[in-house]
Amino acid sequence: MPVTADQTLDCSGLSCPMPIIKTRKALDTLSVGQVLKMIATDPGSQSDMDAFVKKTGHQLLAAEQDAGKFVFFIKKTR
Amino acid sequence: MTALTEAQPEAATLDEPRATRLAIIASHGTLDTAYPPFILATAAAAMDMEVAIFFTFYGLEIIKKGKADHLQVAPIANPAMPLPVPNIIGMLPGMTAAATAMMHNWMDRAHVPHLGELIDIARESGVRLIACQMSLDVLGLKRDDLIDGLEIGGAATFLEFASRNAITLTF
Repeated sequence: MPVTADQTLDCSGLSCPMPIIKTRKALDTLSVGQVLKMIATDPGSQSDMDAFVKKTGHQLLAAEQDAGKFVFFIKKTR
Repeated sequence: MTALTEAQPEAATLDEPRATRLAIIASHGTLDTAYPPFILATAAAAMDMEVAIFFTFYGLEIIKKGKADHLQVAPIANPAMPLPVPNIIGMLPGMTAAATAMMHNWMDRAHVPHLGELIDIARESGVRLIACQMSLDVLGLKRDDLIDGLEIGGAATFLEFASRNAITLTF
């Protein structure tokens, strides 16, 4: 089932730590249960988003890779 | 009973003790040593950690007014430069500026945010920036020489923060 996002955040071209910081800021504007779609080009973001949800308790619904872009769907859980 | 047993691994994972604080000491005033404290501090704040950076000795250089984006890279005794500079060349006038310009170039190409931007993010996200009073006295600096949004404190201020559930890093 495709995941639908309530908000999209494009972090293309940004390097560590900006994708994490911007993801956090975007999640702060969402309500619990809503989904953020985050797009990044930093290959480190794969490992970082895993770690981010592990630490913060939000849920990584899906992580995709498409033509040099990494796409993450993060559900706000609290 | 069965359900309880099954639930245990999950509960154990959640109860695993985790550091909730990041306590950093920044004691150097070069561009390359100023970055890691702020990259880690801003990322940690985004991940719900409480963060403090204690600036001591040359670390104060980072938080001097207008200094953040003018810190330099030392080409002398730095064999790790991507373009190695022999010490005898590195000591020539203008080499520090040249090495710094080169580093800025590489960082812009990798889209690394400017240090001033990271400092702003740190302050906005509640990172405590503590300037060491003793170092201020040693270096003849005044509160007014430093950026806004700082605390002034001593070893005890840092230790009290770091003594509870913290990861401590030194740069």
